[in-house]
Amino acid sequence: MRYLTDRKRAEGKGASGTGTEHHWYMQTSAVGLAFMVPAFVFIVGHALGKDRAGVIETFANPFVAILTGLVLLVGMRHFAKGAQIMIEDYLRGTAKKMAVIFVISLSYTVTAAGLFALAKIAL
Amino acid sequence: MSETTKVERPLSPHLQIYRWHIPMLTSILTRVTGNALIVSTMLIVWWLAAAATSDSYFAFVDGLLRSWVGDIVLTLSVLGVWYHYLAGLRHLYYDAGHGMDIPTAEKLGWGLLIGSVVLTVLTIIII
Repeated sequence: MRYLTDRKRAEGKGASGTGTEHHWYMQTSAVGLAFMVPAFVFIVGHALGKDRAGVIETFANPFVAILTGLVLLVGMRHFAKGAQIMIEDYLRGTAKKMAVIFVISLSYTVTAAGLFALAKIAL
Repeated sequence: MSETTKVERPLSPHLQIYRWHIPMLTSILTRVTGNALIVSTMLIVWWLAAAATSDSYFAFVDGLLRSWVGDIVLTLSVLGVWYHYLAGLRHLYYDAGHGMDIPTAEKLGWGLLIGSVVLTVLTIIII
């Protein structure tokens, strides 16, 4: 038992128990993605249609490789946290927990697969 | 310590009992596009992984993405990206405490719907 009053335990944390941390992450990642995504769409759009050598040449470029890595990493965290909010709106109990775990696992797997491919292409 | 009694909290409102209006439609589309983009991301990652693997595997995945089905999915992905992009900017604007009155919210909603289509067409032209 912790010697804290109920008020002290709850203050500033809201219904989520983590305060505004989640919302603040969505805001900061949104701003980051707002700068990166247009360039990424343009790069992928141009690379799509090239042969394998052309695609490898595009993504082996350091700027493109770093940008792609960042879009994947930040984009997938943004996705996981956004999807978690959706799940929390529509599901309850064990179903909610399982869905949240699934979404977090999926987003990390996609990130890892993408970074692995990038490393193989760029290095 | 307080008792953690289980309280029946309300779920999100049931959409079918509401008359659709622009802020409501554009809000739910933000969620739909955002979550649908996982499919687009997985396709692009798959395509990158294929490029990193071998000529034959790349030819297979690349062929899939450049087929007419791939064209439809990728065009919808671009539309989804731009819609979610504009909706995200609107969200930041709302969060800063602006644009919450009904006339402005309606205009912003139309801005998202029209703007995302315009940006998609521009993207297809540029690419």
